[in-house]
Amino acid sequence: MTPSHARRARLASVALHATLLVFGALSLIPLLWMASASFMATGEASSFPPPLIPRAPTLEHYRDLFGRLALGRYALNSAIIAATTTILALAINSAAGYAFAKLRFRGRDRTFRILTAGLAIPVQVAMLPLFLLVKSLGLVNTYGGVIVPGLASIFGIFLVRQYALAIPDDLLDAARIDGAGELRVFRSIVLPTIRPILATLALWTFLATWNDFMWPLIVLSDDRKYTLPVALAGLVGEHAQDVELMMAGAVITVLPVLVLFLLLQRYFVEGVTEGSVK
Amino acid sequence: MIDAGAPAGRAPRIAPGWWFVAPALLLIIVFFLAPVIAAIGLSFTDFDLYALADPRAARWIGLRNYARVLHEPVFWQALRNTLYFALVGGPLTVAASLGAALLVNARALRWKSAARTVFFAPFVTTLVAVAIVWRYLYHPRYGLLNWMLGHVGVPPIDWLGNPHWAMPAIIVMATWKNFGYNMLICIAGLQSIPRDLYEAAALDGATPLQRFRHVTIPMLAPTLFFVVIVTMIGYLQLFTEPYVMTQGGPLRATTSLVLYMYEEGFRWWRLGVAAAIAFLLFVLIVAFTMIQRRLSPRSAT
Amino acid sequence: MAHRTLLTWRGAASRLPPGAQALACGALVGLAAFLAGCSRADARGDEGELRVWAFGAEGEALAPIARDFERANPGVHVRVQAIPWTAAHEKLLTAFVGGALPDVAQLGNTWIPEFAALNALEPLDSLVAHDSRLVPRNDYFPGVLATNVVDSTLYGIPWYVDTRVMFYRRDLMRAAGVMSPPTTWAALRDALYRVKKVQPPGSFPALLPLNEWTQPVIFGMQAGSPLLAEHGTRGAFRQAPFRRGFEFYISLFRDSLAPALANTQISSVYQEFAAGRVAMYITGPWNVGEFKKRLPDSLQGAWMTAPMPGPDSAGISLAGGSSIVIMRGSEKKAAAWRFVTFMSDPARQARFYETTGDLPSRRSAWAAPALASDPYLAAFRTQLGRVVPTPAVPESELIMNLVAQAGERAARNRQTIDQALASLDAEVDGVLEKRRWLMSHHLLPAGPSEKGR
Repeated sequence: MTPSHARRARLASVALHATLLVFGALSLIPLLWMASASFMATGEASSFPPPLIPRAPTLEHYRDLFGRLALGRYALNSAIIAATTTILALAINSAAGYAFAKLRFRGRDRTFRILTAGLAIPVQVAMLPLFLLVKSLGLVNTYGGVIVPGLASIFGIFLVRQYALAIPDDLLDAARIDGAGELRVFRSIVLPTIRPILATLALWTFLATWNDFMWPLIVLSDDRKYTLPVALAGLVGEHAQDVELMMAGAVITVLPVLVLFLLLQRYFVEGVTEGSVK
Repeated sequence: MIDAGAPAGRAPRIAPGWWFVAPALLLIIVFFLAPVIAAIGLSFTDFDLYALADPRAARWIGLRNYARVLHEPVFWQALRNTLYFALVGGPLTVAASLGAALLVNARALRWKSAARTVFFAPFVTTLVAVAIVWRYLYHPRYGLLNWMLGHVGVPPIDWLGNPHWAMPAIIVMATWKNFGYNMLICIAGLQSIPRDLYEAAALDGATPLQRFRHVTIPMLAPTLFFVVIVTMIGYLQLFTEPYVMTQGGPLRATTSLVLYMYEEGFRWWRLGVAAAIAFLLFVLIVAFTMIQRRLSPRSAT
Repeated sequence: MAHRTLLTWRGAASRLPPGAQALACGALVGLAAFLAGCSRADARGDEGELRVWAFGAEGEALAPIARDFERANPGVHVRVQAIPWTAAHEKLLTAFVGGALPDVAQLGNTWIPEFAALNALEPLDSLVAHDSRLVPRNDYFPGVLATNVVDSTLYGIPWYVDTRVMFYRRDLMRAAGVMSPPTTWAALRDALYRVKKVQPPGSFPALLPLNEWTQPVIFGMQAGSPLLAEHGTRGAFRQAPFRRGFEFYISLFRDSLAPALANTQISSVYQEFAAGRVAMYITGPWNVGEFKKRLPDSLQGAWMTAPMPGPDSAGISLAGGSSIVIMRGSEKKAAAWRFVTFMSDPARQARFYETTGDLPSRRSAWAAPALASDPYLAAFRTQLGRVVPTPAVPESELIMNLVAQAGERAARNRQTIDQALASLDAEVDGVLEKRRWLMSHHLLPAGPSEKGR
């Protein structure tokens, strides 16, 4: 490489990293400011010019949220609902996904095509009658009312099927010849093999359930059962003027999934690429 | 492959495959398909509060809900707003994703995985929470955005209070939140472009910009196209952002179809009207899906 | 050892035919859902738990009253749930549909006709007659009590009252040459013009947020409009009385006496008021406390309240406020009624005022020192003698919002006044179409009578 070539390459590299820093900052600034404002004293954030870091960091808003406003309970509700949904959805959707991939039964492919067509229907179409249905089942204002309608996911089935297609058939046939029942085959061979996509599915289900807003908003009327997003939206209704408090609430809502994401990035990423590159 | 169905000599039984899909299918039929069909039925009645109290007060009115909705200015505004959001926000989000993907994928770049993490982080955050944060970032006087713009000489804009700026403000926020997702898809797409194509172009004397235009874009086009359409379809279902940030205002500038449906359905309990709106939204989404299928035979489907 | 048992069980399970295995799986799912649904018992409350819903700041302030009640009535547990106002209406309706209404609820009194039409409310006439010593009818402001009566049946007990009066910067008005608060529309316009001259540039003398329907409705009612006609089945907004009030309202914007803004666009009313960028604001009693709290000490003598000016003399205002209702589906009506009478005690209402700034509905409670000696409350006391309810139809809330939207369109010059009123009437007629149909089929639930509101 000639010296001018090398210089140009270095300039390009500097420009590249500078651009990266700028866009990275843009990505993070809202979240950083959210965290910073959550430690500011009441009213400090509503000043001009807007402060970037708290003058005297305080935990009063967090104390307020967990104490007077009982945010801990909502976090627990969110956790219970998300965990339950994830575990059950994993079982249901992985079984179906595997079956659509590897088990032969009449009408399999036609049913699957109809299911994928269902992906085009926006969930909100069903919401009102679904609410009436949930009411007739006595599930209004219960965890069950939030959990059950969201258990079967066409997208999840699709994801598992995609992955399960790659399981070598002879592996399955060998087990069958040895006398294993289908459930045994599923448990002992399929599940371990598709463990990566199961991890991905579990993470995505947890994320989607934790972040879900519209349906819990509709189904839950007793505030003891609110999930975090619903409780947070309620707080905004009442405390819109208390910016620092709202930011603390936002931090508490966002932190668990952010931490989960940071620890298990690989599985999140895989879910995106698996689900789309066909 | 050995058929895992009825072994020879035994009476035919239900293929085990059906048992595996049964729970999922049952749940989907009961909690999705049935309500959708019921919604279509509801859309032909004027079921409302009065009917909740006294079922005799519900009337079968055929297509009158649809006629009423289609004559309702708010519906057309909601439709315009929703299309605005989808048709501007979709490509914008994908452009940002592509840009981020190009950045992360650049050979000269260090800290690749950190960059990827940072760009993807907004996507996993809870929408309600970030809507609250952005609502404050957009504050005309105390918000960070106006303060930063002030440094480059832009006068303060009332983002969420000005009917012209409210939807762009929501678009920017949605782009910020969602670009990380499609960035990963674009990265995968970029990495699947064979390296020798670039080398051949370089040998022919192509500049980086020309390589981008003539190698990257054409190879990535199917993926990009697919991603844009899918993003747009997702954006057609806009609800949480206007619900939390603007309640559909100012002057209904951010009322989306789903928000309008929610208001009709859960605030005023005009179920017939709400169901009609929902069905019209469905038709819109199907239209987008069909456009996608029609225009991209080579797309990654 | 438990480990081995588990393995054996799993081994056994896998030897079942797939059908049974799937059934077992399904049963597990069902069990989980059932267990989750079991908390439905919570939806109705534990035995002896009285569920109360209250909104906004009152919700939070009701908790100590509930504790007092529990002490006075051992064995009854009261659970108060505070819901933000922005979600209150939809939560109530959703709960009605979902069968999850509480026993006792606060209801904005404009909502009473709606819930009465749903048959959701327990009629209270006999209870009030039975306990007339605890809840005497004539101790309530008549205009306010009237808001709780639908088709001659009493459905709610007024809890706190609300009306709208003028809050104004007395010092700015005096500096502008206006020595006493205006009592007529003409005097109001004159005062606002004068004040605008002494304000900092870019200010507006009056603040009338466009998303608040109370202002255009008050002016319309002051001009004599019934708002709805034909037993509440048609809009009367194009008619002369409402038009007169509406014209006056819009003229304030067109003459730059008020900014064409919604209250979400105003960062802080209190700061604008303190800075003199706003000199007059039509609002309710909760702002007495807020103004005292948020305005700087130096300004505490500079503001005052005054009753609403009317077209030719002192004007009427809205009979607002909240009532307490008992839900018809409650299984604890006796305990609920005891709680309602507990909340209605005048001394307790006076103390409630001290916590929340909400004005008592009981006239006798106004004798308490905190209320009698507060100079800012005199205007409210006077105004409450001149209040009128909004039409008692279930669609009232929706119609009032349409009025606000029409006002916004006219104030922002998107439509002329005639266009705005014409489209408003058309919209309202559309909203009331069902009501007209029900009336023609004699299916109409309780509604307003033609003679007088």
